[in-house]
Amino acid sequence: MITREDVEHISWLASIKIEDEEKDELVEHFNSILEYFHQLDEVDTEGVKPTYRVVDLANIFREDAAYESLPQDQALKNAPRTENGYIKSPRIV
Amino acid sequence: MLSELKSKLLAESCEEYLCQLFDRIEKSSLNAFTTLAKESALKEAKLFDKNPGRGLLAGVPIAIKECISTKGIETNCSSRILRGYIPPYDAHVIERLKAEGAIIMGKTNMDEFAMGTSTETSCFGPTKNPWDHTRVPGGSSGGSAAVVAGGIAPCSLGSDTGGSVRCPASFCGIVGLKPTYGLVSRYGLVAYANSLEQIGPLTHTVEDTALLMEVISGHDERDSTSATGTRRSYLPGLQDGVAGLKIGIPKEYFGEGVDSDVEKAVWAAIHTLESLGASWQEISLPHTRYALAAYYVIAMSEASSNLARFDGLRYGSRQGEDKDWHTTFSEIRAKGFGPEVKRRIMLGTYALSAGYYGRYYLKALQVRTLIKEDFQRAFKEVDLLASPTMPIPAFKIGERINDPLSLYMADVFTVPINLAGVPAISVPCGFAERLPVGLQLMGPHFGEGAVLRAAQAFEAATPFHEAKPEVV
Repeated sequence: MITREDVEHISWLASIKIEDEEKDELVEHFNSILEYFHQLDEVDTEGVKPTYRVVDLANIFREDAAYESLPQDQALKNAPRTENGYIKSPRIV
Repeated sequence: MLSELKSKLLAESCEEYLCQLFDRIEKSSLNAFTTLAKESALKEAKLFDKNPGRGLLAGVPIAIKECISTKGIETNCSSRILRGYIPPYDAHVIERLKAEGAIIMGKTNMDEFAMGTSTETSCFGPTKNPWDHTRVPGGSSGGSAAVVAGGIAPCSLGSDTGGSVRCPASFCGIVGLKPTYGLVSRYGLVAYANSLEQIGPLTHTVEDTALLMEVISGHDERDSTSATGTRRSYLPGLQDGVAGLKIGIPKEYFGEGVDSDVEKAVWAAIHTLESLGASWQEISLPHTRYALAAYYVIAMSEASSNLARFDGLRYGSRQGEDKDWHTTFSEIRAKGFGPEVKRRIMLGTYALSAGYYGRYYLKALQVRTLIKEDFQRAFKEVDLLASPTMPIPAFKIGERINDPLSLYMADVFTVPINLAGVPAISVPCGFAERLPVGLQLMGPHFGEGAVLRAAQAFEAATPFHEAKPEVV
Protein backbone atom coordinates (compact mmCIF):
# COMPACT_ATOMS: atom_id res chain seq x y z
CA MET A 1 0.00 0.00 0.00
CA ILE A 2 1.17 3.47 -0.93
CA THR A 3 0.86 5.98 1.91
CA ARG A 4 0.92 9.78 2.05
CA GLU A 5 4.59 9.54 3.09
CA ASP A 6 5.35 7.40 0.03
CA VAL A 7 3.68 9.96 -2.21
CA GLU A 8 5.78 12.73 -0.63
CA HIS A 9 8.95 10.71 -1.22
CA ILE A 10 8.01 9.95 -4.87
CA SER A 11 7.23 13.62 -5.43
CA TRP A 12 10.72 14.49 -4.19
CA LEU A 13 12.34 11.83 -6.41
CA ALA A 14 10.37 13.02 -9.45
CA SER A 15 11.03 16.71 -8.73
CA ILE A 16 7.35 17.58 -8.84
CA LYS A 17 6.08 19.60 -5.91
CA ILE A 18 2.66 18.48 -4.68
CA GLU A 19 0.28 20.35 -2.43
CA ASP A 20 -1.21 18.85 0.74
CA GLU A 21 -4.69 18.76 -0.75
CA GLU A 22 -3.51 16.70 -3.76
CA LYS A 23 -2.04 13.90 -1.66
CA ASP A 24 -5.15 11.89 -0.76
CA GLU A 25 -6.26 11.63 -4.36
CA LEU A 26 -2.77 10.61 -5.47
CA VAL A 27 -2.68 7.91 -2.78
CA GLU A 28 -6.02 6.58 -4.02
CA HIS A 29 -5.06 6.63 -7.72
CA PHE A 30 -1.63 5.13 -7.13
CA ASN A 31 -3.04 2.28 -5.08
CA SER A 32 -5.72 1.40 -7.59
CA ILE A 33 -3.27 1.49 -10.52
CA LEU A 34 -0.57 -0.47 -8.66
CA GLU A 35 -3.12 -3.05 -7.62
CA TYR A 36 -3.93 -3.51 -11.30
CA PHE A 37 -0.20 -3.86 -12.07
CA HIS A 38 0.06 -6.65 -9.52
CA GLN A 39 -1.70 -9.03 -11.90
CA LEU A 40 1.70 -9.28 -13.57
CA ASP A 41 2.71 -11.36 -10.53
CA GLU A 42 0.56 -14.20 -11.90
CA VAL A 43 2.78 -14.59 -14.96
CA ASP A 44 5.54 -17.17 -14.75
CA THR A 45 8.59 -15.33 -16.09
CA GLU A 46 11.23 -17.68 -14.74
CA GLY A 47 14.08 -17.68 -17.27
CA VAL A 48 12.33 -15.23 -19.64
CA LYS A 49 14.65 -12.56 -21.03
CA PRO A 50 13.45 -8.95 -20.80
CA THR A 51 12.72 -7.11 -24.08
CA TYR A 52 14.30 -3.67 -23.95
CA ARG A 53 13.89 -3.06 -27.66
CA VAL A 54 11.86 -4.76 -30.36
CA VAL A 55 14.24 -4.20 -33.23
CA ASP A 56 17.46 -6.16 -33.46
CA LEU A 57 19.70 -3.15 -33.54
CA ALA A 58 22.44 -2.58 -31.01
CA ASN A 59 25.55 -0.42 -30.95
CA ILE A 60 24.72 1.58 -34.04
CA PHE A 61 27.77 3.56 -35.13
CA ARG A 62 28.21 6.36 -37.58
CA GLU A 63 31.30 8.00 -39.03
CA ASP A 64 33.01 10.27 -36.55
CA ALA A 65 32.63 13.20 -38.91
CA ALA A 66 31.87 16.77 -37.88
CA TYR A 67 28.74 18.32 -39.24
CA GLU A 68 27.13 21.68 -38.82
CA SER A 69 25.31 22.11 -35.52
CA LEU A 70 22.83 24.72 -34.31
CA PRO A 71 24.38 28.19 -34.03
CA GLN A 72 24.60 29.48 -30.45
CA ASP A 73 21.86 32.09 -30.82
CA GLN A 74 19.45 29.44 -32.15
CA ALA A 75 20.34 26.97 -29.42
CA LEU A 76 19.70 29.60 -26.74
CA LYS A 77 16.61 31.10 -28.31
CA ASN A 78 14.12 29.12 -26.22
CA ALA A 79 15.99 29.40 -22.93
CA PRO A 80 14.08 31.72 -20.57
CA ARG A 81 17.24 32.95 -18.78
CA THR A 82 20.66 33.32 -20.37
CA GLU A 83 23.84 35.23 -19.57
CA ASN A 84 26.90 35.79 -21.78
CA GLY A 85 25.95 33.02 -24.18
CA TYR A 86 25.21 30.52 -21.42
CA ILE A 87 21.97 29.10 -20.02
CA LYS A 88 21.51 30.45 -16.51
CA SER A 89 20.54 27.83 -13.93
CA PRO A 90 19.36 28.30 -10.38
CA ARG A 91 22.00 28.24 -7.65
CA ILE A 92 23.35 24.78 -6.98
CA VAL A 93 25.41 25.44 -3.83
CA MET B 1 -8.63 11.37 -52.24
CA LEU B 2 -5.13 12.89 -52.19
CA SER B 3 -4.46 11.95 -55.82
CA GLU B 4 -7.71 13.71 -56.80
CA LEU B 5 -6.75 16.67 -54.62
CA LYS B 6 -3.37 16.88 -56.34
CA SER B 7 -5.01 17.11 -59.79
CA LYS B 8 -7.46 19.69 -58.46
CA LEU B 9 -4.65 21.81 -57.03
CA LEU B 10 -2.86 21.75 -60.39
CA ALA B 11 -6.01 22.58 -62.33
CA GLU B 12 -7.28 25.23 -59.94
CA SER B 13 -5.52 27.19 -57.20
CA CYS B 14 -3.71 25.88 -54.15
CA GLU B 15 -3.95 29.30 -52.48
CA GLU B 16 -7.71 29.36 -52.94
CA TYR B 17 -8.11 25.83 -51.57
CA LEU B 18 -5.99 26.67 -48.55
CA CYS B 19 -7.93 29.89 -47.92
CA GLN B 20 -11.15 27.87 -47.90
CA LEU B 21 -9.65 25.44 -45.39
CA PHE B 22 -8.45 28.23 -43.08
CA ASP B 23 -11.85 29.85 -43.35
CA ARG B 24 -13.52 26.61 -42.23
CA ILE B 25 -10.94 26.16 -39.47
CA GLU B 26 -11.70 29.61 -38.07
CA LYS B 27 -15.43 28.79 -38.00
CA SER B 28 -14.88 25.28 -36.63
CA SER B 29 -16.00 24.49 -33.07
CA LEU B 30 -14.03 21.22 -32.86
CA ASN B 31 -11.08 22.77 -30.97
CA ALA B 32 -8.83 20.52 -33.05
CA PHE B 33 -6.12 22.94 -34.21
CA THR B 34 -3.89 24.53 -31.59
CA THR B 35 -1.47 26.60 -33.68
CA LEU B 36 -2.04 27.69 -37.26
CA ALA B 37 0.80 28.36 -39.69
CA LYS B 38 -1.41 30.40 -41.98
CA GLU B 39 1.15 32.90 -43.20
CA SER B 40 3.87 30.39 -44.14
CA ALA B 41 1.30 27.99 -45.61
CA LEU B 42 -0.25 30.64 -47.85
CA LYS B 43 3.22 31.71 -48.97
CA GLU B 44 3.99 28.10 -49.96
CA ALA B 45 0.64 27.86 -51.74
CA LYS B 46 1.38 30.97 -53.80
CA LEU B 47 4.75 29.52 -54.77
CA PHE B 48 3.04 26.28 -55.80
CA ASP B 49 0.52 28.15 -57.93
CA LYS B 50 3.35 29.94 -59.74
CA ASN B 51 5.56 26.92 -60.11
CA PRO B 52 4.06 23.57 -59.03
CA GLY B 53 6.72 21.11 -57.94
CA ARG B 54 6.80 17.44 -58.78
CA GLY B 55 6.98 16.01 -55.25
CA LEU B 56 4.73 13.14 -54.17
CA LEU B 57 2.75 15.62 -52.07
CA ALA B 58 3.23 18.79 -54.09
CA GLY B 59 0.82 21.43 -52.81
CA VAL B 60 -0.95 19.07 -50.37
CA PRO B 61 -1.76 20.72 -47.02
CA ILE B 62 -1.16 18.58 -43.94
CA ALA B 63 -1.86 19.02 -40.20
CA ILE B 64 0.76 17.93 -37.67
CA LYS B 65 0.34 16.66 -34.10
CA GLU B 66 1.62 19.05 -31.42
CA CYS B 67 4.46 16.71 -30.37
CA ILE B 68 6.24 16.64 -33.75
CA SER B 69 8.88 19.38 -34.04
CA THR B 70 8.26 21.98 -36.73
CA LYS B 71 10.92 24.62 -37.34
CA GLY B 72 9.52 28.07 -36.58
CA ILE B 73 6.08 26.76 -35.51
CA GLU B 74 5.26 26.36 -31.83
CA THR B 75 5.47 22.74 -30.63
CA ASN B 76 4.10 22.41 -27.13
CA CYS B 77 2.72 18.86 -26.75
CA SER B 78 -0.50 20.54 -25.51
CA SER B 79 1.33 21.18 -22.22
CA ARG B 80 1.69 24.41 -20.26
CA ILE B 81 5.33 23.57 -19.59
CA LEU B 82 6.19 23.92 -23.31
CA ARG B 83 4.01 26.90 -24.20
CA GLY B 84 5.96 29.26 -26.41
CA TYR B 85 8.60 26.70 -27.42
CA ILE B 86 9.54 27.20 -31.07
CA PRO B 87 11.80 24.43 -32.35
CA PRO B 88 14.89 25.59 -34.22
CA TYR B 89 14.75 22.43 -36.38
CA ASP B 90 12.31 20.14 -38.20
CA ALA B 91 11.59 16.53 -37.27
CA HIS B 92 12.74 14.00 -39.87
CA VAL B 93 9.16 13.43 -41.03
CA ILE B 94 8.67 17.18 -41.55
CA GLU B 95 11.84 17.39 -43.63
CA ARG B 96 10.52 14.49 -45.73
CA LEU B 97 7.07 16.10 -46.14
CA LYS B 98 8.59 19.42 -47.19
CA ALA B 99 10.98 17.70 -49.60
CA GLU B 100 7.93 16.18 -51.33
CA GLY B 101 6.16 19.54 -51.52
CA ALA B 102 3.61 19.19 -48.68
CA ILE B 103 2.41 22.37 -46.96
CA ILE B 104 2.33 22.43 -43.13
CA MET B 105 -1.02 23.97 -42.07
CA GLY B 106 -0.49 23.98 -38.33
CA LYS B 107 -0.49 21.86 -35.21
CA THR B 108 -3.25 19.72 -33.76
CA ASN B 109 -4.51 19.17 -30.25
CA MET B 110 -3.52 16.07 -28.28
CA ASP B 111 -3.53 14.61 -24.82
CA GLU B 112 -0.76 16.34 -22.89
CA PHE B 113 2.53 14.67 -23.91
CA ALA B 114 0.43 12.00 -25.69
CA MET B 115 -0.71 10.56 -22.36
CA GLY B 116 -4.35 9.72 -22.86
CA THR B 117 -7.07 8.07 -24.90
CA SER B 118 -9.45 11.00 -25.26
CA THR B 119 -7.59 14.30 -25.93
CA GLU B 120 -9.10 15.59 -22.70
CA THR B 121 -5.80 16.07 -20.83
CA SER B 122 -4.69 18.85 -23.23
CA CYS B 123 -3.96 22.27 -21.69
CA PHE B 124 -6.14 23.66 -24.51
CA GLY B 125 -9.21 21.70 -23.40
CA PRO B 126 -10.80 18.72 -25.14
CA THR B 127 -11.24 18.32 -28.88
CA LYS B 128 -14.75 17.33 -29.96
CA ASN B 129 -15.64 14.30 -32.05
CA PRO B 130 -16.97 15.51 -35.44
CA TRP B 131 -19.64 12.76 -35.31
CA ASP B 132 -21.02 13.92 -31.97
CA HIS B 133 -19.75 17.05 -30.27
CA THR B 134 -20.53 15.70 -26.81
CA ARG B 135 -18.07 12.84 -27.34
CA VAL B 136 -14.28 12.51 -27.36
CA PRO B 137 -12.41 12.06 -30.65
CA GLY B 138 -10.16 9.44 -29.07
CA GLY B 139 -6.55 10.08 -28.29
CA SER B 140 -3.95 10.94 -27.96
CA SER B 141 -3.86 12.17 -31.59
CA GLY B 142 -7.48 13.37 -31.29
CA GLY B 143 -6.86 16.70 -33.02
CA SER B 144 -5.15 15.01 -35.98
CA ALA B 145 -8.12 12.65 -36.42
CA ALA B 146 -10.81 15.30 -35.91
CA VAL B 147 -9.35 17.71 -38.51
CA VAL B 148 -9.40 14.97 -41.17
CA ALA B 149 -12.83 13.56 -40.24
CA GLY B 150 -14.23 17.09 -39.89
CA GLY B 151 -12.99 18.09 -43.36
CA ILE B 152 -10.69 20.92 -42.25
CA ALA B 153 -7.45 19.19 -43.33
CA PRO B 154 -7.02 16.56 -46.05
CA CYS B 155 -4.54 14.47 -44.04
CA SER B 156 -2.44 14.59 -40.90
CA LEU B 157 0.31 12.98 -38.88
CA GLY B 158 -0.11 11.62 -35.38
CA SER B 159 2.01 9.47 -33.10
CA ASP B 160 1.11 6.10 -31.62
CA THR B 161 2.63 4.93 -28.32
CA GLY B 162 -0.18 2.61 -27.22
CA GLY B 163 -2.89 3.25 -29.81
CA SER B 164 -2.75 7.02 -30.18
CA VAL B 165 -3.17 6.96 -33.98
CA ARG B 166 -5.50 3.95 -34.24
CA CYS B 167 -7.87 4.90 -31.39
CA PRO B 168 -8.80 8.35 -32.76
CA ALA B 169 -8.93 6.95 -36.31
CA SER B 170 -11.45 4.39 -35.05
CA PHE B 171 -13.50 6.90 -33.01
CA CYS B 172 -13.58 9.43 -35.90
CA GLY B 173 -14.20 6.99 -38.77
CA ILE B 174 -10.96 7.43 -40.71
CA VAL B 175 -7.81 5.42 -41.54
CA GLY B 176 -4.79 5.42 -39.20
CA LEU B 177 -1.59 3.38 -39.29
CA LYS B 178 0.94 2.56 -36.56
CA PRO B 179 4.04 1.48 -38.51
CA THR B 180 6.55 -1.18 -37.48
CA TYR B 181 8.82 0.15 -34.74
CA GLY B 182 11.87 1.66 -36.44
CA LEU B 183 10.29 2.21 -39.85
CA VAL B 184 9.69 5.94 -39.37
CA SER B 185 12.40 8.07 -37.76
CA ARG B 186 11.53 9.49 -34.34
CA TYR B 187 14.04 12.34 -34.76
CA GLY B 188 12.15 15.44 -33.67
CA LEU B 189 9.25 13.57 -32.08
CA VAL B 190 9.08 14.70 -28.45
CA ALA B 191 9.68 11.46 -26.54
CA TYR B 192 7.09 10.01 -24.18
CA ALA B 193 7.82 6.25 -24.20
CA ASN B 194 10.56 5.85 -26.76
CA SER B 195 10.67 2.06 -27.02
CA LEU B 196 6.98 1.98 -28.01
CA GLU B 197 6.18 4.97 -30.18
CA GLN B 198 6.03 5.59 -33.91
CA ILE B 199 4.73 8.45 -36.04
CA GLY B 200 1.87 7.45 -38.34
CA PRO B 201 -0.56 8.93 -40.91
CA LEU B 202 -4.28 9.68 -40.47
CA THR B 203 -6.23 9.91 -43.73
CA HIS B 204 -9.58 9.33 -45.43
CA THR B 205 -8.41 6.37 -47.50
CA VAL B 206 -5.94 3.50 -47.32
CA GLU B 207 -4.26 4.71 -50.50
CA ASP B 208 -3.59 8.09 -48.86
CA THR B 209 -2.00 6.34 -45.89
CA ALA B 210 0.18 4.30 -48.27
CA LEU B 211 1.20 7.53 -50.02
CA LEU B 212 2.15 9.23 -46.76
CA MET B 213 4.11 6.13 -45.68
CA GLU B 214 5.97 6.30 -48.98
CA VAL B 215 7.10 9.78 -47.92
CA ILE B 216 7.78 9.50 -44.17
CA SER B 217 9.34 6.02 -43.87
CA GLY B 218 12.99 5.23 -44.39
CA HIS B 219 16.31 5.21 -42.59
CA ASP B 220 17.56 8.22 -40.64
CA GLU B 221 20.85 7.97 -38.80
CA ARG B 222 19.77 10.57 -36.23
CA ASP B 223 17.42 7.95 -34.72
CA SER B 224 19.52 5.06 -33.43
CA THR B 225 16.49 2.75 -33.58
CA SER B 226 15.79 3.58 -37.23
CA ALA B 227 15.61 0.43 -39.36
CA THR B 228 18.29 -0.02 -41.98
CA GLY B 229 18.05 -1.93 -45.22
CA THR B 230 16.36 -1.27 -48.50
CA ARG B 231 13.73 1.44 -48.75
CA ARG B 232 10.26 -0.03 -48.99
CA SER B 233 7.48 1.07 -51.27
CA TYR B 234 3.76 0.87 -50.44
CA LEU B 235 1.82 2.00 -53.49
CA PRO B 236 2.86 -0.78 -55.89
CA GLY B 237 0.88 -3.93 -55.09
CA LEU B 238 -1.69 -2.02 -53.02
CA GLN B 239 -4.53 -3.19 -55.27
CA ASP B 240 -3.47 -6.84 -55.37
CA GLY B 241 -6.35 -8.05 -53.20
CA VAL B 242 -6.58 -10.63 -50.42
CA ALA B 243 -7.05 -13.89 -52.35
CA GLY B 244 -5.27 -16.65 -50.46
CA LEU B 245 -4.47 -14.45 -47.47
CA LYS B 246 -4.79 -16.19 -44.08
CA ILE B 247 -6.28 -14.04 -41.34
CA GLY B 248 -6.08 -15.00 -37.67
CA ILE B 249 -8.84 -13.97 -35.29
CA PRO B 250 -7.34 -13.68 -31.79
CA LYS B 251 -10.06 -15.01 -29.50
CA GLU B 252 -8.84 -12.84 -26.61
CA TYR B 253 -9.89 -9.72 -28.58
CA PHE B 254 -13.59 -10.61 -28.61
CA GLY B 255 -16.24 -11.27 -26.01
CA GLU B 256 -16.34 -9.77 -22.54
CA GLY B 257 -15.97 -5.98 -22.46
CA VAL B 258 -16.53 -5.54 -26.19
CA ASP B 259 -19.60 -3.55 -27.23
CA SER B 260 -21.99 -5.85 -29.13
CA ASP B 261 -22.40 -3.46 -32.08
CA VAL B 262 -18.61 -3.16 -32.35
CA GLU B 263 -18.27 -6.93 -32.34
CA LYS B 264 -20.98 -7.30 -35.00
CA ALA B 265 -19.35 -4.73 -37.29
CA VAL B 266 -15.94 -6.38 -36.96
CA TRP B 267 -17.29 -9.88 -37.68
CA ALA B 268 -19.13 -8.52 -40.73
CA ALA B 269 -15.78 -7.08 -41.86
CA ILE B 270 -14.06 -10.45 -41.42
CA HIS B 271 -16.78 -12.06 -43.54
CA THR B 272 -16.33 -9.37 -46.19
CA LEU B 273 -12.62 -10.19 -46.35
CA GLU B 274 -13.57 -13.87 -46.61
CA SER B 275 -15.90 -13.12 -49.54
CA LEU B 276 -12.96 -11.37 -51.22
CA GLY B 277 -10.88 -14.55 -51.10
CA ALA B 278 -9.16 -14.48 -47.70
CA SER B 279 -9.59 -17.28 -45.19
CA TRP B 280 -9.82 -16.91 -41.44
CA GLN B 281 -9.16 -19.09 -38.43
CA GLU B 282 -9.36 -18.53 -34.71
CA ILE B 283 -6.02 -18.29 -32.96
CA SER B 284 -4.84 -17.44 -29.46
CA LEU B 285 -2.54 -14.72 -28.13
CA PRO B 286 -2.49 -16.13 -24.60
CA HIS B 287 -0.72 -13.27 -22.80
CA THR B 288 -3.11 -10.57 -24.04
CA ARG B 289 -4.67 -10.02 -20.63
CA TYR B 290 -1.32 -8.94 -19.18
CA ALA B 291 -0.49 -6.52 -22.00
CA LEU B 292 -2.21 -3.50 -20.49
CA ALA B 293 -0.40 -3.70 -17.15
CA ALA B 294 2.96 -4.39 -18.82
CA TYR B 295 2.39 -1.51 -21.23
CA TYR B 296 1.56 1.02 -18.51
CA VAL B 297 4.53 0.01 -16.34
CA ILE B 298 6.92 0.38 -19.29
CA ALA B 299 5.33 3.58 -20.66
CA MET B 300 5.30 5.28 -17.25
CA SER B 301 8.87 4.23 -16.49
CA GLU B 302 10.13 5.56 -19.81
CA ALA B 303 8.05 8.72 -19.35
CA SER B 304 9.60 9.43 -15.95
CA SER B 305 13.01 9.40 -17.57
CA ASN B 306 12.11 11.18 -20.84
CA LEU B 307 10.19 13.98 -19.14
CA ALA B 308 12.99 14.69 -16.67
CA ARG B 309 14.33 17.10 -19.31
CA PHE B 310 11.46 19.53 -18.74
CA ASP B 311 13.03 21.72 -16.11
CA GLY B 312 12.36 25.17 -17.54
CA LEU B 313 16.06 25.77 -18.17
CA ARG B 314 16.61 25.27 -21.91
CA TYR B 315 13.00 25.77 -22.97
CA GLY B 316 9.58 26.12 -21.48
CA SER B 317 8.11 28.19 -18.72
CA ARG B 318 10.23 29.55 -15.88
CA GLN B 319 8.64 32.22 -13.75
CA GLY B 320 9.36 34.01 -10.53
CA GLU B 321 12.48 34.19 -8.40
CA ASP B 322 14.92 31.30 -8.55
CA LYS B 323 15.24 29.34 -5.32
CA ASP B 324 17.61 26.44 -4.81
CA TRP B 325 18.03 23.99 -7.69
CA HIS B 326 15.60 21.28 -6.57
CA THR B 327 12.88 23.62 -5.32
CA THR B 328 12.99 25.70 -8.50
CA PHE B 329 12.55 22.66 -10.74
CA SER B 330 9.92 21.06 -8.54
CA GLU B 331 7.83 24.22 -8.65
CA ILE B 332 8.22 24.72 -12.42
CA ARG B 333 7.17 21.11 -13.01
CA ALA B 334 4.27 21.34 -10.57
CA LYS B 335 2.88 24.35 -12.44
CA GLY B 336 3.74 23.13 -15.94
CA PHE B 337 2.43 19.55 -15.96
CA GLY B 338 -1.22 18.52 -15.78
CA PRO B 339 -2.53 15.82 -13.38
CA GLU B 340 -2.22 12.80 -15.74
CA VAL B 341 1.34 13.65 -16.72
CA LYS B 342 2.28 14.07 -13.05
CA ARG B 343 0.61 10.76 -12.22
CA ARG B 344 2.54 8.90 -14.92
CA ILE B 345 5.91 10.49 -14.15
CA MET B 346 5.48 9.77 -10.44
CA LEU B 347 4.31 6.18 -10.91
CA GLY B 348 7.16 5.59 -13.38
CA THR B 349 9.60 7.07 -10.88
CA TYR B 350 8.23 4.70 -8.25
CA ALA B 351 8.42 1.67 -10.57
CA LEU B 352 12.09 2.40 -11.28
CA SER B 353 13.04 3.29 -7.71
CA ALA B 354 15.34 1.20 -5.52
CA GLY B 355 13.66 -1.99 -4.39
CA TYR B 356 10.84 -1.93 -6.97
CA TYR B 357 12.71 -2.14 -10.27
CA GLY B 358 12.56 -5.95 -10.40
CA ARG B 359 8.96 -6.18 -9.30
CA TYR B 360 7.55 -3.73 -11.85
CA TYR B 361 9.86 -2.64 -14.68
CA LEU B 362 11.87 -5.82 -15.18
CA LYS B 363 8.78 -7.97 -14.78
CA ALA B 364 6.93 -5.89 -17.39
CA LEU B 365 9.85 -6.26 -19.82
CA GLN B 366 9.73 -10.04 -19.36
CA VAL B 367 5.97 -10.07 -20.00
CA ARG B 368 6.70 -7.95 -23.07
CA THR B 369 8.88 -10.82 -24.36
CA LEU B 370 6.00 -13.27 -23.90
CA ILE B 371 3.62 -10.95 -25.75
CA LYS B 372 6.09 -10.50 -28.58
CA GLU B 373 6.43 -14.29 -28.80
CA ASP B 374 2.62 -14.66 -28.94
CA PHE B 375 2.66 -12.55 -32.10
CA GLN B 376 5.67 -14.38 -33.57
CA ARG B 377 3.90 -17.72 -33.10
CA ALA B 378 0.68 -16.37 -34.61
CA PHE B 379 2.45 -15.04 -37.70
CA LYS B 380 3.91 -18.50 -38.38
CA GLU B 381 0.33 -19.68 -38.92
CA VAL B 382 -1.40 -16.67 -40.46
CA ASP B 383 -0.49 -13.61 -42.56
CA LEU B 384 -2.51 -11.03 -40.65
CA LEU B 385 -4.60 -10.68 -37.51
CA ALA B 386 -7.97 -8.92 -37.33
CA SER B 387 -9.79 -7.47 -34.30
CA PRO B 388 -11.73 -4.43 -33.16
CA THR B 389 -9.42 -1.41 -32.80
CA MET B 390 -11.33 -0.23 -29.71
CA PRO B 391 -13.70 -2.33 -27.59
CA ILE B 392 -16.21 0.55 -27.49
CA PRO B 393 -17.27 3.48 -29.67
CA ALA B 394 -16.38 7.06 -28.69
CA PHE B 395 -17.43 7.83 -25.12
CA LYS B 396 -18.75 11.10 -23.69
CA ILE B 397 -16.44 13.99 -22.83
CA GLY B 398 -15.97 13.87 -19.05
CA GLU B 399 -17.25 10.31 -18.70
CA ARG B 400 -13.93 8.65 -17.77
CA ILE B 401 -11.45 11.41 -17.12
CA ASN B 402 -11.70 11.25 -13.32
CA ASP B 403 -11.06 7.51 -13.20
CA PRO B 404 -7.62 6.97 -14.78
CA LEU B 405 -7.83 3.16 -14.71
CA SER B 406 -11.11 3.10 -16.67
CA LEU B 407 -9.45 5.22 -19.36
CA TYR B 408 -6.43 2.90 -19.50
CA MET B 409 -8.76 -0.09 -20.01
CA ALA B 410 -9.94 1.33 -23.35
CA ASP B 411 -6.44 0.68 -24.75
CA VAL B 412 -6.68 -3.08 -24.27
CA PHE B 413 -6.50 -4.03 -28.00
CA THR B 414 -4.04 -1.37 -29.12
CA VAL B 415 -1.18 -1.61 -26.59
CA PRO B 416 -0.10 -5.21 -27.35
CA ILE B 417 0.88 -4.06 -30.86
CA ASN B 418 3.26 -1.42 -29.50
CA LEU B 419 4.77 -3.90 -27.05
CA ALA B 420 5.48 -6.28 -29.95
CA GLY B 421 6.56 -3.47 -32.29
CA VAL B 422 4.43 -4.81 -35.17
CA PRO B 423 2.38 -2.66 -37.59
CA ALA B 424 -1.41 -2.22 -37.32
CA ILE B 425 -3.99 -0.18 -39.16
CA SER B 426 -7.49 0.95 -38.18
CA VAL B 427 -10.02 1.23 -41.02
CA PRO B 428 -13.70 2.24 -40.75
CA CYS B 429 -15.89 -0.89 -40.74
CA GLY B 430 -19.34 0.28 -39.68
CA PHE B 431 -21.26 2.03 -36.95
CA ALA B 432 -22.39 1.41 -33.39
CA GLU B 433 -25.54 3.48 -33.08
CA ARG B 434 -24.31 6.45 -35.12
CA LEU B 435 -20.67 6.29 -34.05
CA PRO B 436 -17.86 4.92 -36.23
CA VAL B 437 -16.27 1.53 -35.53
CA GLY B 438 -12.71 0.61 -36.55
CA LEU B 439 -11.36 -2.71 -37.79
CA GLN B 440 -7.79 -3.35 -36.69
CA LEU B 441 -5.53 -5.32 -39.05
CA MET B 442 -2.14 -6.33 -37.65
CA GLY B 443 0.87 -7.74 -39.50
CA PRO B 444 4.33 -9.08 -38.71
CA HIS B 445 7.38 -6.77 -38.46
CA PHE B 446 7.67 -4.78 -41.71
CA GLY B 447 4.45 -6.39 -42.94
CA GLU B 448 2.91 -3.01 -43.87
CA GLY B 449 2.53 -4.22 -47.46
CA ALA B 450 0.06 -6.98 -46.56
CA VAL B 451 -1.68 -4.83 -43.92
CA LEU B 452 -2.31 -2.02 -46.41
CA ARG B 453 -3.31 -4.43 -49.19
CA ALA B 454 -5.97 -6.10 -47.02
CA ALA B 455 -7.21 -2.72 -45.76
CA GLN B 456 -7.41 -1.45 -49.33
CA ALA B 457 -9.38 -4.52 -50.50
CA PHE B 458 -11.79 -4.07 -47.59
CA GLU B 459 -12.23 -0.36 -48.24
CA ALA B 460 -12.86 -0.92 -51.96
CA ALA B 461 -15.64 -3.40 -51.11
CA THR B 462 -17.39 -1.29 -48.46
CA PRO B 463 -18.92 2.22 -48.25
CA PHE B 464 -17.83 3.15 -44.68
CA HIS B 465 -14.93 5.44 -45.61
CA GLU B 466 -17.36 7.57 -47.63
CA ALA B 467 -19.62 8.36 -44.67
CA LYS B 468 -19.19 11.94 -43.51
CA PRO B 469 -20.16 13.45 -40.17
CA GLU B 470 -22.42 16.48 -39.97
CA VAL B 471 -19.90 18.91 -38.58
CA VAL B 472 -20.74 22.45 -37.56
